[in-house]
Amino acid sequence: MDRSFYISPSPHIKDSDSIPHIMYWVVGALIPAGIGSVVIFGSRVLWIIAIAVVVSIMTEWICQLILKRPVRALDGSAIITGILVAYNVPAEVSWWIPAVGAFVGITLGKMVFGGLGYNPMNPALIGRAFLTASWPLQMTVFQTLPANGTLSGIDLEGIDAISSATPLNMFSQVREILLNVSQYSDRIDLITQAQVVETRLYDSTMNLLLGKIGGCIGETSVVLLLFGAAILMYKRIIGWKIPFFFVGTVAFFAWLFGGTRGIGTGNPLFHVLSGGLILGAFFMATDMVTSPVTFRGRIFFGIGCGVLTSVIRLWGGYPEGVSYSILLMNLATPLIDRVTLPKKFGGK
Amino acid sequence: MFKTNSFRGGTHPPEDKSRTEHLPIENVPIPEKILIPLQQHIGAPAEPVVEKGAGVKTGQVIAKSNGFISIPAHATCSGTVTAVDLFTHPLGNRMLAIEIENDGKDEWEQKQSRALSIRSLKKDEMLKRIQEAGIAGMGGAAFPTHVKLSPPEDKPVDIILLNGAECEPCLTADHRLMLEQPDLIIQGMRIMMKILGVKTGIIGIERNKPDAIDTITERVRKVKSIRVLPLKVKYPQGAEKQLIKAATGREVPCGGLPMDVGCLVHNVGTALAVAEAVSVKKPLIERIVTVTGNGIAKPKNCRVRIGTSFRHIIEFCGGYTANASKLISGGPMMGIAQVTDAVPVIKGTSGILVLDRKQAFLRKENPCIGCARCVDVCPMNLVPNRIAAFVEYQKIDKARRLGLIDCIECGSCSYICPAKRNLVHYIKLGKAVWNKTQKKAQ
Repeated sequence: MDRSFYISPSPHIKDSDSIPHIMYWVVGALIPAGIGSVVIFGSRVLWIIAIAVVVSIMTEWICQLILKRPVRALDGSAIITGILVAYNVPAEVSWWIPAVGAFVGITLGKMVFGGLGYNPMNPALIGRAFLTASWPLQMTVFQTLPANGTLSGIDLEGIDAISSATPLNMFSQVREILLNVSQYSDRIDLITQAQVVETRLYDSTMNLLLGKIGGCIGETSVVLLLFGAAILMYKRIIGWKIPFFFVGTVAFFAWLFGGTRGIGTGNPLFHVLSGGLILGAFFMATDMVTSPVTFRGRIFFGIGCGVLTSVIRLWGGYPEGVSYSILLMNLATPLIDRVTLPKKFGGK
Repeated sequence: MFKTNSFRGGTHPPEDKSRTEHLPIENVPIPEKILIPLQQHIGAPAEPVVEKGAGVKTGQVIAKSNGFISIPAHATCSGTVTAVDLFTHPLGNRMLAIEIENDGKDEWEQKQSRALSIRSLKKDEMLKRIQEAGIAGMGGAAFPTHVKLSPPEDKPVDIILLNGAECEPCLTADHRLMLEQPDLIIQGMRIMMKILGVKTGIIGIERNKPDAIDTITERVRKVKSIRVLPLKVKYPQGAEKQLIKAATGREVPCGGLPMDVGCLVHNVGTALAVAEAVSVKKPLIERIVTVTGNGIAKPKNCRVRIGTSFRHIIEFCGGYTANASKLISGGPMMGIAQVTDAVPVIKGTSGILVLDRKQAFLRKENPCIGCARCVDVCPMNLVPNRIAAFVEYQKIDKARRLGLIDCIECGSCSYICPAKRNLVHYIKLGKAVWNKTQKKAQ
């Protein structure tokens, strides 16, 4: 009797890396920032993350059952979406907010397009966009005032102290005052105070790094986010191009146009470290499915995200622009890929 | 700028050569039956000149070449022709082959003449001897060597490269050959350089074979025209175009041949065969085959007669292990899975690899997640995930515009894909479909 053998096309060996392997590394890399957030904002954060993750997985599971597709809800990608939705809401939101965000993100952001690999935009950001559009108050009220002596403790007459508890929000209002001094000529005290706040904002690097500021759950602790990102870069799960050009572009625009004393007087470090930029640039813009695959494409994508973020932050009506800029660039990804095809070996 | 001696892209599969890289080449006894396929090369198949029942001697032509891009086939043992029929071929399909029953005497048709000085031979005579010896590239593609050595006049060749990269994991046949018969390899190279009047010869060897680099370097120390070039260890360093790029910085244009940039690449085994053919008129009747893998009891480097069945060689290597599950002709990256071990070794067979059950296990394909690893590793700078997707959706024309035809089928993309997509398989499929529509159009 002849032996029988397995038959398959070459290559007959495969790299050990797999989709769940990649996804769970990303989950792992997001955990430090989550722990930091629990320390800063309290154990409520843990519940918000748990709710978002569980709802994400359950939603994907049910969708796959309904659509009669193979159930892959535990491949890790739904967990990432859940975590990112939770990281994109303030710590004091009602418990159903992360649940709705995760549900919408998974259904409208992912499953309607065919599931993992086919979604044109980052599902977590779809969830976040839905939440900000539907419950703007819930999504922008940062009631938790972290540790004493931090930025959120600054009280400024004429500036809504509660809703302006994120540094970017304060910056936006301060800048508004300082750029239009003539309008406030009868309020010298306000101008003086604004100048004080501006200085304090720019001096707050350490608080920004550690996350001792108001903001969404996952976006505040820059150090811990960078720690996670470094692991992913070391594991070659995310590349350096998108985050580098994203952050670099934002820094450049912030320096050029972000100042209150004319061109080139802005503080790039403040802009880089505040808001959701680090979370967005390293963990959301780098989403494999929704970012370009070509070398130049990744650079253009990063720059595009940076430009849009800067435009929204500096000239838009909304203090934070990271999530919308990524969503818009996600939509441009197929086009970017098409126009940035690499030069073939031996091609002209 | 630093010199990298490499190319962009590429990947690093486990080299897995330690089983056999230190084992000297062993001669496998000639089996009772030899099976010589008539198509062992690219081009027209050879035409049988013997019939069932005919007596043949070792080295006798049993099928003549059929045109310029064709080579003859020789009997690789003495005995009786028992069949001229269709047999399973290691490249798949059933193809015409001549079966010879070995009489055990190994009588040669002509005595091996004493080595001639190659100086006395004219170019045409040398080319004729190479064709008569039935030499086709022994690195795998098996293009007739005499054709390669006859470039048209408008394509002057100024560099001959010898490929000792052996970038396929597991295989050590070229490595052992360079260690054990360096003089013949160098002689073969000099013959090829003489045929083309080329003044520069480069022998490219990956750095994971330091002993081979030392051995060859030692032998060519006094030869000004030939030098050894250590190469970065990276797959597919031994691919023709990538080797040329690494060694000379020249880039073979899309759809072009190495001669378009003045280069010719030959495998070290081919050089050895050329040396034997030209100096002693020995036809190509044997080659080195690495027999390895978890499914082989005693992995070895073997010198086998062309036409020896895989089964016979595997028995010589102690047989299969209990969990042997997949039989591959060639290496793990580009080799071809075999249905049966009754297939014979042909001129392009560089290895016999047997994988165990765990290695042979096939993972399910998942949707592409756009991680871009295939784009990063593609040595031809293509976008494999999109080409494969277009083929999958039967948009061959779009796939072609993205470089479907430029793919060298090295398999780096499929190897690296975390979604376990058989990218290179889709691309090969797309090429086949494209060729079919082209033929129809003509």
